This record gives sequence, structure tokens and C-alpha cells, in this order.
Amino acid sequence: MALLKTSGLFYSRDGNTILNDINIEIQPGEFITVTGSSGSGKSTFLKMCGDLISPDSGDLYYKGKNYLDWNPYELRRKISYLFQTPSFFFESVYENLEYSFTLRQETVNKERILELLRKVNLKEDILKQNIINLSGGEKQRISLIRSLLFLPEVLLLDEITSALDYNNTLITEELIKEISEQGITVIWVTHDKDQSKKYANRILNFDSGQVREEKL
Amino acid sequence: MSQEVDISFIGLMISSSLVFIALAISSYQKLELGKDMIISILRAIVQLTLIGYILEYVFGVDNLFFTSALLLVIIFNASLNASKRGKGIKNAFYASFAAILTGTSITIFVLVLSGIIKYEAYQIVPVGGMIISNSMIALGLSYKNLLSSFKDKREEIQTKLSLGANIYEASKSLIKDAIKTGMMPTIDSAKTMGIVALPGMMTGLILAGVSPLDAIKYQIMVVFMILSTTTISSVIAIYLTYKVFYNERKQLI
Repeated sequence: MALLKTSGLFYSRDGNTILNDINIEIQPGEFITVTGSSGSGKSTFLKMCGDLISPDSGDLYYKGKNYLDWNPYELRRKISYLFQTPSFFFESVYENLEYSFTLRQETVNKERILELLRKVNLKEDILKQNIINLSGGEKQRISLIRSLLFLPEVLLLDEITSALDYNNTLITEELIKEISEQGITVIWVTHDKDQSKKYANRILNFDSGQVREEKL
Repeated sequence: MSQEVDISFIGLMISSSLVFIALAISSYQKLELGKDMIISILRAIVQLTLIGYILEYVFGVDNLFFTSALLLVIIFNASLNASKRGKGIKNAFYASFAAILTGTSITIFVLVLSGIIKYEAYQIVPVGGMIISNSMIALGLSYKNLLSSFKDKREEIQTKLSLGANIYEASKSLIKDAIKTGMMPTIDSAKTMGIVALPGMMTGLILAGVSPLDAIKYQIMVVFMILSTTTISSVIAIYLTYKVFYNERKQLI
């Protein structure tokens, strides 16, 4: 059974068709990259998978169960979406990471935070820092860590490395690769063809709201 | 120190020359406010004259039901006005009505219970009008803030939702900001009361011949009641409206 399945997804805004009959099946543990020019519908598709928007018609299924039958909050903890520009809600790095625990009413697992910080080459000191003093690359890594403190089953990444320099991109890629190796399904919107070739087992190419599979 | 206040018609006519000064400045500075000024002055005269006659009648009747009905009409108008600021918030009118009604009822109940005022038209109507208009302004500001926050912070809210936050968690900081924005004028005016200006009610009492020491007691009561009503109204209105920014699927619209 497919982990995530879409059936006849259709979505339009202001008279423009953004998604037109999207039928996709994604198996557990797949590493998929999503490509396409801007406005091709790839980000809309990703947001739909993350249950942040719903299609005008068509259905999405997770583990065989229609999205509409899932509790939205429960589903979003299993399928985590990351924006190109991360948003933060508190001043210090620590508070922003603590938020994931607060939402689940759990005590902060400092060990888990440190473990993930090490994986993305960040030191413990950064926890005390104010978010506004971080570089773009550090912000993106902290945002990624925040989504991984409680491992989701599917990770949706919307061009998260497109604004990063070479080194930060490499560090981020390594962590995502490691996450994927743990069996987490990754769906990654990217413009970088090398990233697709290097990591993906499938490439989905969006063009004018339609999707076709690209050969690796 | 008590004397009847009586403004003669001629005196009022002479004072209207002040409007001409304002009009002359507007014209000289090309502010293009002449039309608005004339309309606003005419509206004020007509509305105040009408309410003068209505109040004269209501105070004369002094019937519990009639007084309450008049308060409801004032709350209805205030809610309509506040909801205009919340254009785009589907249930703004109903939320405003429920919020102002609750805030006003609680405040008036406490004031009547404490014996400071009596539930009689000549006391309830002016006091009600004062707290209702302040709530109306607070709600208008709160709605405006809520609308712009939900527009500007889409990614922040969606990030929270994606981390598994419920819609209350995802909106918490926006709710707080909206309530604070609505309350700020009330808090600021309370802080500067007596330093920057003598408040309207106190000025009115002094002009009517009441001793300043008695007038401040009323003014302190006014501060209490406005603070309580605006707080209650803002909190209720924002908690009733923030949910309309989400659909049934708990997604940001």
C-alpha cells in the first residue's frame, strides 16, 4: 500500500489552473525530488501533501485513509512541511526549539537537541543566541532541527537550500540524507538538478499544473 | 459653587464662528477638507439635536425596559461601526455585539451593585454611551490589527500548524497583539489623565458647576468602567473572530 496517494487533485486560484488532475503514489522511505519552473504548481502540491491547503476536487490518502478522515493536527505531526524562508516565533534559538516540546506538552529533551545540533555542525552556544543574529544558513538548520526533534514520517521540503551557500547546502543535504536512511520519506522541491541526481530515487516534474515522472 | 449652565442661542451662534476659522485654514492650506468639515458639523448638529430630544423623552419616561432597549440600540450601532473596521471578518458584527453587550452588562451591573449609579435612564444612558463608544473604538483597532497580522504572518502561522499546533496555538501571539492594540488608547489616556487634558466627563461636570473634587470621583469611576469594558469586549471579540481565518480542516484561509 502506498504511504501517500493523490487522486485527481485539482486546484485553481483566480481563474488560473494550478494543479490539474494530479495522480501520484509514494511508497514508504522514498526520496523524491520535485522540479519545475516557478508557477508550475510544485509548491502548491507540496503544501497540499502537508495538509496546509486542500484541493478544490480530488483526494489525498495517507496510509490508505483519506486526509479528511485524519485529525489534521495528528496528520501534520506525521507529515512535516518546511518553508524556503524559516519563520521563528521567539527571540532565542532555545525557545524556538522548545516550542516543539511545548506543543506536545512534553519536557524538553536537551540530549535530542544537542544530538541534532552536532549533526548540522552547530555548537551548544547557539541555543542562547538571538535568532536575528544568525546567518541564513544557521536559521535554516535550526528550522530543520525544530521539525526533526520529533521525527515525522514524511518530510516535505520547499526549496530549503535555494538561499544557502555551498557549505550550508552540503551540511543540510547530509542531514536530510541521514534522515532518509532512517526510513523517513522525503519529498523535496528543488531547482538543483545535481541534488535530484545525487539523492532522489524518483523525480517528479511539474509543468503547467501537470506532473510527469522524469528519468534519473 | 453650583450654578445652572445655560448657553444662549446667540452665544452658540457666535461660537460657530470657530468653524469658519477651521474652514478658512483648510481652504488656505488647500487641505480639501472643507466638504468633510461641513458635513461632519452638520451631522453633529443634527445627531446631537435628535439625541437631545430623545434623551429628554427617555429621561422623562424613565422606564426600565425602555432604558435597556435604548442601550441595546446604542450597542447595535456601535457593533455595526466596529464591524466595518473588521471588513473581511465574517462574523465581526455578531462578535462585536456579543462582546460589547457582555462588557457593558458586567460593568453596569457592578456599578449599580456598588450603588455608584442607579439603573435610571439619566444615569445609565450617558454612562452606557461612554463605555460602549470606547469599546467600539477598541474593537475597531483590534480587528484592524488582527486582519493585517493574519495577512502578514501567513508563513509563520502555517509553520506552526505544520509543527502540529492547533489553531489557537498558531494564532496565540496574533490574538494577544490584537487585544493589546485595542486596549492601548484606553491605557494611554488613563495614564495621561489630568496631565495632558481634563477628561470630557470631568470637564462637563466642572462646567456644570460641580466641584473639581467631586468631579474627579466620577472621573475615576469612568476610568475603571472604561478599562473593564474595553478589556472584556476586546478579549471576547477577538476570541470569537480569530477562528474565521481558518476553514473546517483547520487550514489558514
